[in-house]
Amino acid sequence: MIDRLAQQTLLDPAGLGESELSSLLGTTFGHGIDGGDCYFQFSSQEGWSLEDGIVKSASFNIERGVGIRVVRGEQTGFAYSDDIAMPAMLEAAKTARSIASAGQSGRIAVASRSSSRPALYAPDNPLDSLGEQAKIDLLKEVDAVARAEDSRVTQVMCSLAGVHEVVLVLNARGEMTTDVRPLVRLNVQVIVEQGGRRESGTSGGGGRHGYQYFREDGRAAGYAREAVRQALVNLDARDAPAGSMKVVLGPGWPGILLHEAIGHGLEGDFNRKGTSAFSGRIGEQVAAKGITIVDDGTLEGRRGSLNVDDEGNPTQQTVLIEDGVLRGYMQDEMNARLMGTQSTGNGRRESYARLPMPRMTNTYMLGGDADPEEILASVDDGLYAVNFGGGQVDITSGKFVFSASEAYRVENGKVTYPVKGATLIGNGPDVLTRVSMIGNDMKLDSGVGTCGKEGQGVPVGVGQPTLRIDGMTVGGTQAA
Amino acid sequence: MSTSPERAIPEPVSQEDGVQALSHSPDSLQTRVQRTLEAARERGASDVQAVVSHSVGLELGVRKGEIETLEHERDQSLSLIVYFGQSKGAASTTDFSDQALIDTVEAACRIARYTEPDPYAGMPDPAFKASEWDDLDLDHPWGCSAAEATELARTIEAAGFAADERIENSEGASVSTRRAIAFLGDSQGFMGGYRSTRHSLSCALVARDAAGMQRDYAYTVARHAEDLTAAEQVGREAAERTVRRLGGRKLSTRNCPVLFAPEMARTLIGSFTRAIAGPSQYRESSFLLNAIGENVFPGWMQIEERPQTPRALGSAPFDGEGVRTRNRPLIADGVLQSYTLDSYAGRRLGLEATGNAGGARNVTVAPGDKDFAALLAEMGTGFLVTELIGQGVNPVTGDYSRGAAGFWVENGELQYPVEEITIAGNLKDMFQRMAAVGTDVDRRGNIHTGSILVESMMVAGD
Repeated sequence: MIDRLAQQTLLDPAGLGESELSSLLGTTFGHGIDGGDCYFQFSSQEGWSLEDGIVKSASFNIERGVGIRVVRGEQTGFAYSDDIAMPAMLEAAKTARSIASAGQSGRIAVASRSSSRPALYAPDNPLDSLGEQAKIDLLKEVDAVARAEDSRVTQVMCSLAGVHEVVLVLNARGEMTTDVRPLVRLNVQVIVEQGGRRESGTSGGGGRHGYQYFREDGRAAGYAREAVRQALVNLDARDAPAGSMKVVLGPGWPGILLHEAIGHGLEGDFNRKGTSAFSGRIGEQVAAKGITIVDDGTLEGRRGSLNVDDEGNPTQQTVLIEDGVLRGYMQDEMNARLMGTQSTGNGRRESYARLPMPRMTNTYMLGGDADPEEILASVDDGLYAVNFGGGQVDITSGKFVFSASEAYRVENGKVTYPVKGATLIGNGPDVLTRVSMIGNDMKLDSGVGTCGKEGQGVPVGVGQPTLRIDGMTVGGTQAA
Repeated sequence: MSTSPERAIPEPVSQEDGVQALSHSPDSLQTRVQRTLEAARERGASDVQAVVSHSVGLELGVRKGEIETLEHERDQSLSLIVYFGQSKGAASTTDFSDQALIDTVEAACRIARYTEPDPYAGMPDPAFKASEWDDLDLDHPWGCSAAEATELARTIEAAGFAADERIENSEGASVSTRRAIAFLGDSQGFMGGYRSTRHSLSCALVARDAAGMQRDYAYTVARHAEDLTAAEQVGREAAERTVRRLGGRKLSTRNCPVLFAPEMARTLIGSFTRAIAGPSQYRESSFLLNAIGENVFPGWMQIEERPQTPRALGSAPFDGEGVRTRNRPLIADGVLQSYTLDSYAGRRLGLEATGNAGGARNVTVAPGDKDFAALLAEMGTGFLVTELIGQGVNPVTGDYSRGAAGFWVENGELQYPVEEITIAGNLKDMFQRMAAVGTDVDRRGNIHTGSILVESMMVAGD
């Protein structure tokens, strides 16, 4: 089924009917071409931000365009246009097709792809889900909660952002797929001060919802209190330890470990090219027994979820590691074809102006059976890290980092005192072999992640239970 | 050479210019700015500022001798900020239709009806605006066709493969060329624009030995194609950088001197420029809060902002608000001289705007008298950092902890490659403990610095 909104937003204004699209496809693809697509996109987004207690700025942006990609063997030709109209598209098609030798003039029949799966999110425009004054009131409430939480709060900065994206993918086989994607995000940062020392704390969340999401279950106020709590903890933080030690990671967002250590290395493009530290290792034990990690784009309302990926293929749950054994890669169409397998619905792109590639959706580790309290009690000397900023990985060497923003020293099974943020570094292919306990408290993050690859950012999710890792390098300043 | 604003844009280049041909003329872009300003004034805006930009580009990638990607870029955008008294609204669009222009102006005006008055909001003082400016020599279309780019990329990659037999794989070589034009106008009568180009060659290779694989890359980037490093050299450099990482080891945890190679030293100076930017100061979220007049670096350190440098990658005749940019000291004899401020931050802090809407440009660290080899000798025994990963810098406290790779150095000579360690400290302290800046200045970005030697940092490993 072609979504009516997609039809009205993307095709009707340019007078694009079945006949025009069929002729566009015929000109673009056909003989000697292995794949590709015409990717139509309309997105409207807004951002409201509060500082000094007032909502003093906001912005609204509209992007509209079509990207035309022609794939032949391992080659990709690509051009795009901000103008969705036949002449501009034919020009872009000609340019994209220049990797192939001869021009085309045939027609390819258009057929829409239907899905029997229930939608993972409502198509409603989140920008209209609250009135402008209500958006401002929401931010003011967050500000008030944060300031009321503790007198040491000196600054509160918070922002509310929403995106409404309408996508229509017409692939080289003539299959047409549409998706309408909402995404909202609320972020809070506070600065606290005590005796001349300043620290910050950040919290937030979101997903594929309307703004009401933040009103439900006290989420908005919860983010405010959480940001203040983190900042206050850091006021008492001592220097972090330096060196190799036992590390306990809390549940939820610390799953960024999996995203960096394992996830990127299992994306199809790196493995097809043989540049990943995981290349050619399917079937090998790369994690401790009991560890199962999946990438799942089908979770309802999650930030990393999609009904269909940006190549029009349904997302799925892909098992990456099962009971410690490497099972599979995440694929887009081109890399799947070149590796003799099927797309896993992981072909994603930042916008019509960029090329799709294999990307993660929501990547998480299934829970185990250990009580999180027991895990902490089992550590004689180590670090307990519960919140993180970002991470990064070198795919080829497998070395990865992720930076703690809230961490504690653990001594004789007890959490003793907070330590300053420190970067943790490890080697992707072996860090998970050192996992010795898996908690029963699997949790997904609150919906804050954006993954960057080749300059393209896409929203993702992560998750994991509490984990004990026997030996990771902690990058503090204090020799142990 | 000095030109007036009306004549700042030379005649459009001829259409034979292939991939560098811009599809919007300067006149049509200026007209679009004017119409945006008028539409906002008609809707009651007391002030308005609009930017229209457009760029075209070509990016071609070759992997293992074959074209991997051929991307044609063509971008355009219109953005505006409106003020209704002290209330502000902003909007932007990539749609250049007449209807989209009106819709975008109306969206900005609608937002301004809801945002709350900010006593510091508004346009820059007209006295600081650029009225005439030098031609900074930023526009040099290359005219490199897809076929020529393909040959060039093949040459780069082939030189990389030929340089060392341990290079066994490639992430590809790429050639990129881009030309942009932008016009800024406001309701106080400012109208200015200029064209600029940016070209680059790059290559990323993979080497293998018994211990595993390593990847590294090399690149060159310039406004003018004649300033680019030769293709063969880029390939060879990528190969050398990759191969020398093979057999990397961890270090044991220790305190030692750390030498930051120029492309890494740049990130330390980047933390400095962020700390002195207006928002970091007025949000009180900087580790260099209220530090004007303080000894931030050792007494020998000199850092300038040089936005007026001809052909440099960070140059701009005026900033994002039309305020004239000027070359000026940021650090003199180790002492902080100025923040980098747009007009809003200036009013917030009770200081003059410094022409930094859009950031600091061509931040230049004065080199000392030692080249890279002499700096290694000065360090004697310590860690040379050639790569940093992760974001472990706390801008509020200056606490610093990042993943690093590089080389262990003894007696001024590289001993073996090092990986999977972290380096940590606090930036305030690291700045004070800088011992020297090298003459090996890297100008491939917006920060120009040579290698920087820091007396001591904590290295965490085994």
